[in-house]
Amino acid sequence: MSIPAIDVVNVSKVYRRFARQKQFATLKSALLKGSLIRDLQPDETFPALRGVSFQVPKGCTYGVIGRNGSGKSTLLKCVAGISRPNSGTITVDGRISALIELGAGFHPEISGRENIFINGIMLGLTKKEVQKRFDEIVEFAELQDFIDAPVKTYSSGMYMRLGFAVAIHVDPEVLLIDEVLAVGDQGFTLKCLDKFAEFRRRNKTIQLVTHSLDLVEKFCDQALWLDKGQTKAEGEPKRVVASYIIDVERTEEQELSKAESARLAASAKGGTGDGAGGKLPDNPVESGEAPADMFKATEGRWGTRELEITGVTLLGEDGQPGHVFQYGEAVRVKMNVRAHHPLKDFVFGFGIFNADGVCCYGTNTNLEELRPDEISGEGEVTFAIDSLKLVEGTYRLDLAAHKLDGYPYDYHRLLYSFRVKSRTKDVGIYRPDHRWHFSPSIRFKSGSGPGEG
Amino acid sequence: MLQNLAKLFRYRGLIRILVARDLKARYRGSVLGFFWSFINPLLLLLVYSFVFTVIMPGMHPEEIRPYGLFFFCGILPWTWFSSSLSESANVLIAGGNLIKKVLFPAEVLPIVAVLSNLVHFFLGLPILAAFLIYYRRPLDPVELLWFPVIVLVQLLFTTGLAFLISALTVHFRDIKDLLGNLLTLWFFSTPIIYSMQMAPENYRWVLNLNPMTHLAISYQEVLFHVGPHGHWKWLMALGVLSVFVFLAGYFVFDRLRDSFAEEV
Repeated sequence: MSIPAIDVVNVSKVYRRFARQKQFATLKSALLKGSLIRDLQPDETFPALRGVSFQVPKGCTYGVIGRNGSGKSTLLKCVAGISRPNSGTITVDGRISALIELGAGFHPEISGRENIFINGIMLGLTKKEVQKRFDEIVEFAELQDFIDAPVKTYSSGMYMRLGFAVAIHVDPEVLLIDEVLAVGDQGFTLKCLDKFAEFRRRNKTIQLVTHSLDLVEKFCDQALWLDKGQTKAEGEPKRVVASYIIDVERTEEQELSKAESARLAASAKGGTGDGAGGKLPDNPVESGEAPADMFKATEGRWGTRELEITGVTLLGEDGQPGHVFQYGEAVRVKMNVRAHHPLKDFVFGFGIFNADGVCCYGTNTNLEELRPDEISGEGEVTFAIDSLKLVEGTYRLDLAAHKLDGYPYDYHRLLYSFRVKSRTKDVGIYRPDHRWHFSPSIRFKSGSGPGEG
Repeated sequence: MLQNLAKLFRYRGLIRILVARDLKARYRGSVLGFFWSFINPLLLLLVYSFVFTVIMPGMHPEEIRPYGLFFFCGILPWTWFSSSLSESANVLIAGGNLIKKVLFPAEVLPIVAVLSNLVHFFLGLPILAAFLIYYRRPLDPVELLWFPVIVLVQLLFTTGLAFLISALTVHFRDIKDLLGNLLTLWFFSTPIIYSMQMAPENYRWVLNLNPMTHLAISYQEVLFHVGPHGHWKWLMALGVLSVFVFLAGYFVFDRLRDSFAEEV
């Protein structure tokens, strides 16, 4: 087996954190207290990387994914040689170019032309090499008309493009990229991707740190998932991305349920089942009146609680409670209710609101012509959705028990939330069942992915 | 450390272009542009000449007249020295982007600060030459051979201190403020506005401990005073010291290098 382009063995990196007063330590105070040496020692440490090992073979495109703060960028900086790991070894075979910050080292006062030379030489080219590539760089950056203007007059897009153009034309053996594809407009991004594709064709090694899972799946030969400085998964990109997504969903799930219990706790403080009538900010409980505008999204709980919603559970297809669902999943919303005395006049309502507070759908048992007969004691109400046809996003639920004339028993407004995940990035508040038909003269390259097909 | 030091030679292309950038950028946007490199020392010369010959005349012994010229021989190299140090105090922090985001040899930055000020020093020399001709001062060509040696000693000494100051300022930002005052004190402890002979006998040993004293006297001996360079022994001793200062400065810089990317 040939030598890998990047060989990382058991690398750990610890960032030092200084206590507040030490951070502002001055030479004078250090000398006075005789703590000069001690102040230069870390007193609190934060592990950014913990024993990471991997190899990137030559010609491989290697994606690194992970949440914010998982150590991705630190890893890249260590590979680039900008910072040094505390333990472990990193061997890189060939010239490195790191696209970590574009245009670092541009001097604002001097022209783009001179900056190209300076930046090129900083990145390891000779003057002659820059000369040879100069026209190509300018053309790539699309800056022909402005190349003699001082860089300070450039827009941020122009600045980034120039930085990118120089860095990519250094012609490295190993290219390190840290989330820099978000420069410029769509056209430029495509051009960058083309350039990367060219790199791949020429059997160069690329290590890419990104949040774009799509890019990793489409573009990378291998992927690494970092979590809190440790390798969580490595290997085939599709598999790594999938396990990463599952983990992200699980975390979202936990966050949603945490937020939900916080909201419930807040509204419970307002008025509990005793009906004594505490107050929620804009939901007067004593009068039992709903907010003036029912379509305005203010969360809360109100009502007389003669008929009380005691618990709400969202169940996914697998019958497990959850907060994150896939598009098209069968979802059930289960309400536990209790009537404190037998009632003859009751309606159960259900509503879905999107993140903007727009009502996507609302209904109740009365609208659907279910005539109430009697309710007494404990009971269970389930609103079953056979197929959750919502576009991706976060939604909130309205659940209610009230009289036919709207007099509220127990109104839970926007207290429950869930998230819908979808492979199709369609938008809107309503997704009609649909399919596309084309006459034979119109052809598409491949199937349009998931959806009604 | 020695390996890294050897690498310095490889960066000469980078250093050259960065010095050029510094010089270009400095006067960008000003009307007189590059001429400021000449005008600045000229104005300085006029100010001090005016103060010491018109406002406070007759303070100077015969041997340091014309006073303006005497003063100029000392202030030119001093300006190189002091601006190099005050710039190098800032240079790593200002270049933070390079250190944090690009694989960049940090030691290039203080070197560039020293060298671009050296260029300004050289640009002041034609003014000095003009005055030498104007006052018809005799110059001994053999003695002038000492001039590059003095410059080299000062270069080593200044660069060593620049390494030390730039590296320490990353950790102790207040060196920047401290340095301004220290340089003022240092300036007056160096025989630039006065000659060594004017200093009280019992304080001369203090002045002799100051390395800059011997550089200033050497410049004065070579450029101003008639007669052979009588100070060369001191200069050689200082040369040896400068090598040590340079190595020590680089040693500290090299030791702290890894912390720059995190602390800047």
